[in-house]
Amino acid sequence: MSVDQATVRRIARLARIAVKNEELPHLQGEINAILSFVEELGAVDVEGVEPMTSVIPMKLPMRPDVVTDGEIEQKVLANAPLAEDDFFLVPKVIE
Amino acid sequence: MAQADTSRLIKGATGDWEVIVGLEIHAQVTSRSKLFSGASTEFGGAPNSHVSLVDAAMPGMLPVINAECVAQAVRTGLGLKAKINLRSTFDRKNYFYPDLPQGYQISQYKSPIVGEGEVLVDLTPDRSIKVGIERLHLEQDAGKSLHDQSPTMSFVDLNRSGVALMEIVSKPDMRSAEEAKAYVTKLRAILRYIGSCDGDMEKGNLRADVNVSVRRPGEPFNTRCEIKNVNSIRFIGQAIEAEARRQIALIEDGGTVEQETRLFDPSRGETRSMRSKEEAHDYRYFPDPDLLPLELDEAYVEGLAAHLPELPDAKKARFMADYGLSAYDAGVLVAERETADYFEAAVAHGGVKRDAKAVANWIMGDLAAFANSQSLSISQTLVKPAQIADLVDLIEAKTISGKIAKDVLAIIIAEEKEATPSAIVEARGLKQVTDVGAIEAAVDQIIAANPDKVAQAQAKPTMIGWFVGQVMKATGGKANPQAVNDALKRKLGL
Amino acid sequence: MNRRLACGLTDDPLTDLTHLTLAEARDALKARKVSSRELTQAHLDAMERARLLNAYIAETPDKALAMAAASDERLAKGEGGPLEGLPIGVKDLYATEGVHTQACSHILDKFRPTYESTVTAHLWRDGAVMLGKLNMDEFAMGSSNETSYYGPVASPWLPPNWSEEKARAALKGDKRGLLVPGGSSGGSAAAVAAHLCLAATASDTGGSIRQPAAFTGTVGIKPTYGRCSRYGMVAFASSLDQAGPIARTVRDAAIMLGSMAGPDPKDSTCFNGPAPDYEAAVGRSVKGRVIGVPKEYRLDGMNPEIETLWAQGVEWLRDAGARIVDISLPNTRHALPAYYIVAPAEASSNLARYDGVRYGLREPGKDIVELYEKTRAAGFGPEVRRRVMIGTYVLSAGYYDAYYVRAQKIRTLIKRDFERAFADGVDAILTPATPSAAFGIGEKGSADPVEMYLNDVFTVTVNMAGLPGLAAPAGLTEQGLPLGLQLIGRPFDEETLFSLGEAIEQAAGRMKLPEPWWACGAVAAVGDRGHNANRSEDFDDGAG
Repeated sequence: MSVDQATVRRIARLARIAVKNEELPHLQGEINAILSFVEELGAVDVEGVEPMTSVIPMKLPMRPDVVTDGEIEQKVLANAPLAEDDFFLVPKVIE
Repeated sequence: MAQADTSRLIKGATGDWEVIVGLEIHAQVTSRSKLFSGASTEFGGAPNSHVSLVDAAMPGMLPVINAECVAQAVRTGLGLKAKINLRSTFDRKNYFYPDLPQGYQISQYKSPIVGEGEVLVDLTPDRSIKVGIERLHLEQDAGKSLHDQSPTMSFVDLNRSGVALMEIVSKPDMRSAEEAKAYVTKLRAILRYIGSCDGDMEKGNLRADVNVSVRRPGEPFNTRCEIKNVNSIRFIGQAIEAEARRQIALIEDGGTVEQETRLFDPSRGETRSMRSKEEAHDYRYFPDPDLLPLELDEAYVEGLAAHLPELPDAKKARFMADYGLSAYDAGVLVAERETADYFEAAVAHGGVKRDAKAVANWIMGDLAAFANSQSLSISQTLVKPAQIADLVDLIEAKTISGKIAKDVLAIIIAEEKEATPSAIVEARGLKQVTDVGAIEAAVDQIIAANPDKVAQAQAKPTMIGWFVGQVMKATGGKANPQAVNDALKRKLGL
Repeated sequence: MNRRLACGLTDDPLTDLTHLTLAEARDALKARKVSSRELTQAHLDAMERARLLNAYIAETPDKALAMAAASDERLAKGEGGPLEGLPIGVKDLYATEGVHTQACSHILDKFRPTYESTVTAHLWRDGAVMLGKLNMDEFAMGSSNETSYYGPVASPWLPPNWSEEKARAALKGDKRGLLVPGGSSGGSAAAVAAHLCLAATASDTGGSIRQPAAFTGTVGIKPTYGRCSRYGMVAFASSLDQAGPIARTVRDAAIMLGSMAGPDPKDSTCFNGPAPDYEAAVGRSVKGRVIGVPKEYRLDGMNPEIETLWAQGVEWLRDAGARIVDISLPNTRHALPAYYIVAPAEASSNLARYDGVRYGLREPGKDIVELYEKTRAAGFGPEVRRRVMIGTYVLSAGYYDAYYVRAQKIRTLIKRDFERAFADGVDAILTPATPSAAFGIGEKGSADPVEMYLNDVFTVTVNMAGLPGLAAPAGLTEQGLPLGLQLIGRPFDEETLFSLGEAIEQAAGRMKLPEPWWACGAVAAVGDRGHNANRSEDFDDGAG
């Protein structure tokens, strides 16, 4: 499989990465090089094989329902590019 | 299950239509801490105060699941008579939004913790439907963006980010707004009985995405629209009706319904498209590699099942069988667990067996009227089950009449919250007069004083009511009405 | 000049303190023959002289000396943990409280964590001293340390036939032609090989510990998935990422891993059993151990020097008493392509949090979508953008089953191959670590990204199966560049790898690391990139 430029643009949009028009051919070439590298996998017989969900046999650990965290606004907001009144600020989002 | 019932069809310009409704309920799981972090779930903290570094998606932070949220989901599944999946997985639903810090929501897409189940929904005392449950899964709530703090910026608060939600997906088994409302009411009752969600819709702890489509009776399903985030039972009903009308008008005009997400605007009573300028969503679900599959065993599920409280259906059946209540009365009493408990406490108070129907009538009648007038639930009124029990006993023993009993209840509510009805009756001399001699004396007196009325009554026996009133007045309302009636009939020769 | 000691610490009385092994330094500290302050200062001096290698992207001298002083106090009282007073370097991938942590990406611009990763917390608990943060490929995506926002790291190994003068000139320029230290843990490997720390933390998603260790003549181990906590490690591909050390000897690597490993309730995928005493496994006899040699690792057109070295490794282990068997791992050849689906897919999701809202770089936008797109375009380098886009594509509607699900099924097949070999009695597997020796900066991958990916062909299988893998230096090419061998073990059996690794180390002889041709006195300018001109983290504690 290979991707066309419209697909590259769509992927970039989904990944929220701005791509200039002049970058598209180059990106397309690189992505197609990788896709052709992985193409051989299509020939592998995976009939009846379970996809891997965890690489080591372990049970999901659970924690008790206790409040052990929070009340650390300063830590949460310490690296914020823009904050006010302990809120993170972003350009207005219109629904 | 639900077949076309002509009473539920909607008349269009070109014939009858059937509305098809399915619901996705998002119920906030009752837990102290979040689904994957130790931050508090408490409502209404200072901005970003109930936020851990995990909830804020700091680099390198990892989720660890809360055992209680898992237990709550399983309990709810049991309450919905649903299949508990002993192995379920968590997936990431990827999309960008400022109140979604990770850039993905951890949810259960492919393998939910709970599979198919059903809810019995009573519509009238003699008509009920079964609404199928498709699945229940656990997922993270998002944070909140405030848009009214500034003209140019949105303010993001992550306090809700990561709070556990149960998404309960119904099958498209409802055929009217009424059925949908009844289903949500019942589901809410079940959640509240179990204690897995408080059902507080004002706080957004229970909200619904409503799927609506219309069709000609007997035809296959049509394209549906999803109305997002409806947050009251009344609005769910209004949204369904508005959306069904819109779709019918659209089709009858020769148009077609497009699958889309819509919003209900309660002030205008209509739904509107949320169609964003964005491309179609592509959530790129895949198993969350930070979590392992959630594996439960039978013993764990059985342990939770053993401690499940009696649920509304079972309680209703028991109230009918044990107390001889009608389906309607039992249904009303079990709608809230606290009311049902109140009823049972009143019936059994003092270890005495008393008339359950009479107790039910008091609770559903005068007490409910008072509670409603104050916007309280029965259990929130200060009237105690023991007081209702005493009241019923006093009537049963003919110590007071029903009329006096109402007055006694009013006295309890208004003045003497702690007093027993017996003490009030005693202190205020409200005891019913059953002494036949005294009643007859009063009757004789009234007859003697009103010869003209006697003649009228003998001609028109319904006039006896006037005499009863006079005798009651003369005895301060305490005379036994039956004894007064008997004496009057005898003396007037009726 | 260098601080030299004539106190009989080693056979060579003139040994620079930085030339002690971790174990030797530990014993010297315990015996109070040297103080942690002296040891730490010696490393800080060496770091200063080696700045042009670009191994450290942030130095923390004040913190280091304060930690050293505290260690000296504990040592004076006869107290202290297993790593008390030992100066180490930390890969920029690990969150270190209040200190530069950016995974060498611009998108984490000025990020100072308010928390500590579990692995580094374990190291500080055990008394280690932090010298600074080490360069790496951006988000650990790379095999040459050339994708770092802070520029490439130069290997301390001289390119074949280069004079020291030529190399020093290149070091002051764009470094082209100098050797890469490998990646992504290039800063870690270079710093260890150049004696700029006693050992370093590293991380390995597809070979990022073992390949740079092999390229620099150092020892690196990627333990079993789950052996070390991932809490506080900037995530690349969650199901593959694993922490591990790079050190100069097998024993040192064992000591480091012993501290780094262990259970952590904050990581759901972290193994909940205690880490064994790895150092005790070093020197243990390997007599009777069964070593598998997989025929599928013998690639067409394989570098004959690599093949010779591999055969030599087999002989060394046989001589040490191990039994050698031929084995087959038929799905090995699918590992690299499958990895380039699984790893980018997970990365595309893991890197979604870098959105300019809560931390890091933020480029202004007229609306939130533009803010996201401009921030992420400016913040991610080309390799990261490429992998995020590939990952987005293979997870997208219509392609998920064909790519992602298929790759995860192939992962199951790869793991089964190993399980079969282990079930047949194999204790460990011996392979080459890399298909070649180190190459030059700017030499590979500029035209075709896949050319660079092929570096991981021998290592990536191990990540796909979650197994432990150790790279040990085994010899030099004819041109004098180091080569390594890889040992692959059963799940959670790192001990066997340490025993076997030490057997190879004994047979091959300790790798003779390069002399400091890069050293220059006080460095005024440390390159032309403004953002890291001031290396000293202690004087650069952010602009609020």
